[in-house]
Amino acid sequence: MEFLKKLGMLFGRKRFGSELDEEMSFHREQAEKDLIANGMSPQEARFAASREFGNATRLKEQSHEVVGFGFETVLQDLKFALRQLRKNPGFTATAVLILALGMGASVAIFAFVDAALIKPLPYAAPDRLMDVAENSSAHPRSDLSRADYEDWTRLNHSFSSLAAYAGTGYLLRTPSGIVPVPAARVSDGFFRTLGVKPMLGRDFLPGEDRPGGQKILIMNYGTWLTRYGGRQDIVGQVVRLNDESYTIVGVLPREFSFAPRGLAEFWVPLLDKIGGCEDRRSCHNFYAVGRLRDGVSPQAALEEMKAIAAQLEVQYPGSNKGQGASVQPFSELVVGQMRPILLTLLGGAGLLLLIACVNVASLSLVRSEARRREIAVRGALGATPVRLVRQFLIEGLLLAVVGCLGGVLVAGWLMVLMKGLIPNAIANGVPFLALVGLDAHTSMFAGGIALLAGLLMATTPILRLSFQDIRSGLGDGGRTAGGRLWRRMGANLVVVELAVAVVLLAGAGLLGQSFYRLLHVENGFDTTHLATIQVATPNAAYAKPEQKVALFREITRRLSSIPGVQSVGITSDLPVQCNCDTDWIRIEGKPFHGEHNEVDQRDVTPGYLPTLKAKLMRGRLFTEDDDASQSLKIVINEALAQKYFPGEDPIGQKVGNGGLEPKSMREIIGVIGNVREGGLDDEVWPSEYQAMYQSPDSFISIAVRTAQDEKAVLPELVKALHEVDPNLGAFGEITMTDQIGSTQSALLHRFATYLVGGFAAMALVLGVVGLYGVIAYSVSQRTREIGVRMALGAQKSSVYKLVLGEASKLIGIGVMVGLAGAVGAGMLMRSILFGVQAWDAGTLIAVAVALGGSAMLASYFPARRAASVNPTEALRAE
Amino acid sequence: MAKKPDLLPGTLDMLILKTLARAPLHGYGIALSIKRLSDDVLTVEEGSLYPALQRLLLAGWVKAEWKMTETNRRARFYTLTAAGRKQLGVELTQFDQMITAIGRVLRDAQEA
Repeated sequence: MEFLKKLGMLFGRKRFGSELDEEMSFHREQAEKDLIANGMSPQEARFAASREFGNATRLKEQSHEVVGFGFETVLQDLKFALRQLRKNPGFTATAVLILALGMGASVAIFAFVDAALIKPLPYAAPDRLMDVAENSSAHPRSDLSRADYEDWTRLNHSFSSLAAYAGTGYLLRTPSGIVPVPAARVSDGFFRTLGVKPMLGRDFLPGEDRPGGQKILIMNYGTWLTRYGGRQDIVGQVVRLNDESYTIVGVLPREFSFAPRGLAEFWVPLLDKIGGCEDRRSCHNFYAVGRLRDGVSPQAALEEMKAIAAQLEVQYPGSNKGQGASVQPFSELVVGQMRPILLTLLGGAGLLLLIACVNVASLSLVRSEARRREIAVRGALGATPVRLVRQFLIEGLLLAVVGCLGGVLVAGWLMVLMKGLIPNAIANGVPFLALVGLDAHTSMFAGGIALLAGLLMATTPILRLSFQDIRSGLGDGGRTAGGRLWRRMGANLVVVELAVAVVLLAGAGLLGQSFYRLLHVENGFDTTHLATIQVATPNAAYAKPEQKVALFREITRRLSSIPGVQSVGITSDLPVQCNCDTDWIRIEGKPFHGEHNEVDQRDVTPGYLPTLKAKLMRGRLFTEDDDASQSLKIVINEALAQKYFPGEDPIGQKVGNGGLEPKSMREIIGVIGNVREGGLDDEVWPSEYQAMYQSPDSFISIAVRTAQDEKAVLPELVKALHEVDPNLGAFGEITMTDQIGSTQSALLHRFATYLVGGFAAMALVLGVVGLYGVIAYSVSQRTREIGVRMALGAQKSSVYKLVLGEASKLIGIGVMVGLAGAVGAGMLMRSILFGVQAWDAGTLIAVAVALGGSAMLASYFPARRAASVNPTEALRAE
Repeated sequence: MAKKPDLLPGTLDMLILKTLARAPLHGYGIALSIKRLSDDVLTVEEGSLYPALQRLLLAGWVKAEWKMTETNRRARFYTLTAAGRKQLGVELTQFDQMITAIGRVLRDAQEA
């Protein structure tokens, strides 16, 4: 009812106003008339009538408020706020820019955090999915053997289904030739365990993964689209993989992704046990993913799997000694490694946002100082304190909203930039990247921080206002008191800014050092001028070992003849990859109790170790003669020598498998300096190098040492390999330096270093500018005082001392607080630091000097202005 | 100038309604009437009548129309509506109850 009346009034607003005016002036005229009739002079009567009537403007406003809607006055305030901001383009542009940068960084980082850590994985009830693996003293999470997987599946009661998967690769015959494609072998229940249904065709049926089963496959959506043109009749077609026919039974939905095998294009049932290895219980090449039964906790599942593993240990001591079980949430496997980095970045972005807000808050504070007269006038004219506070609130929120809109633009740009930092090969292993973007979550986050920032920026001037009597603003007397008050508050804010800048700078310094040390760890070989490429050999043409050896010799010969190539080596795995492809060794003549002496095992051609420029410490390297006609020989690294032959000469000693079977026995012929086989932040493991010509692989990596630019030779490598045999799958050509730079640990560190470094640079600028503002304002307020001092004989130097003293006090406090915070922050992110401690003195000192120096420089300019004050002018200016 | 007692909060609406219960009046007339009937004890800041009148209009307790005064000037006259009369009854009862209660408390306090 009232609402409708108000709505009606909305259109008669003008009339309402004029009628009210008429009514009120009638009232005053009548009063005036009556007073004159009582014998008052006309002038006195007019004043008296006005006094009796009260503040007409305010009363009119109150009347309007009765019939108006609550938001109308808000609109008025908003209009006024907009006008204020337009009138001060300098302030507005600065504030919006600062806020946009701060908010943009936060929103962009949050988008990553949201996609990785908050959004669920694209599976049914993803929190019930567990990563299931074996575990040993050397590996907290190690692959399952096929036999163990089968026993675990049979014996466990914790999982409603347990599915195994292993990476593999095939040579795909396409119209344009042979292409190597990554793929995965999975147990029949794999997709059912994840809760994923094919978009076309069908899932694997129970039993379809048994040895001797039909060769069938399910393909990815992307593969279907790019390789098969998205044909609807694809199901039932035949694909040639490794020269064998596989029937397509299904196509996965578009949103499907499986991070542990992110690159896989084809999904094939396990089928036959491969290469004699999968027959053995000690051959570990699978991982499993399990779905917990209702009511079973991850902890309970882990306990049960441990018990089963212990039972198998008793049953099969030869293969299973020391093999436990590992069960962790599947999401932990996918994003666990990212979490500390992402949280660090979010923290950094949050600090930057804090600095940005504080900076804008102190800008508003300066401006509120200039607006004291305006506020006082509005108060005198009857604006209630609530209304005045609301004005500031609205102005703060308005700035925050505009800043936030700018921030969203910045965020969009930053996200593209950040995604660009991640190479494709890695991006496929982090499927959540596809989910990074501006969506409901990020928008809510952006809105939330805009609100907080707005409140912060509004509160500062409001706090400042309520400390003093509004009326004193009308006179000029309040100035010095207010100035001092502002100085105190502005000073506190600037200490916060400087402290936060120190934290960010120190964080960036620590991350930068970690990154540098990571890239400069001792690798044990010359990483420069080294080109690498992977080769998959087709099974059919190179089934026999001697065929492979002939191929390797031919590849070596052909690649060596490329101009600029100095030497060529072939290996089963390139260095700086992982401590994987391991072997359990037993040393002849040493006590042995079935323990797993795990070492990295690599097959190499005679040219490989010299091509790496690995250092020979003792004995000799392989020669062309070390082939199948000879007894088995190995070269070991120093780590192996030190661990298993302390104080002995390992040359001539013999190593075999756990049972010391004669055909496994091999003789140590040489010791080389440690070549880093594992990742940059992994420790160096004992390694053994076997002669490739004695046990040739079908999947090889080639290292090529060049005289000049190794990049230039990469396309030549592919061409030369296809000249040797067009059916060879040649792929993944990359220089060693690039490969090291794109390993996951290097990448994560680079990502963190660049971003936090960027944040820190912005924080430094904002902090120093903030300090400059405070000192400059303080000097402008004290011009008169300084003039008096100088008139009384103060020297320029003492004025410098006065101003710089104030500045250095602020800087000192800011730096001290910041350093304490920096050590705290360093402790929090110690899990991503490499080779450097949170309290690294060099970093902290450098940061303190850099920030202190630039801050002192920033205060020097106002100090110089203060020292050049002309006393007479300063005094006259008042 | 000696300060006159402030109006009890919330009573202004009631006073206006009561005044209008006798006869339709314009704003100035209402102010005069209140002042006169209370022997100059109750004075409102005269202008504050107007926001209050807008409130009463909006609630539908009074209605307004422009008429000519005896001196032939245009003025807005307010008339009590039926709803306004009912509201006045409610407010008077509440006010009486409150005054009685306050009186009782004060009397008891004196006797104690």
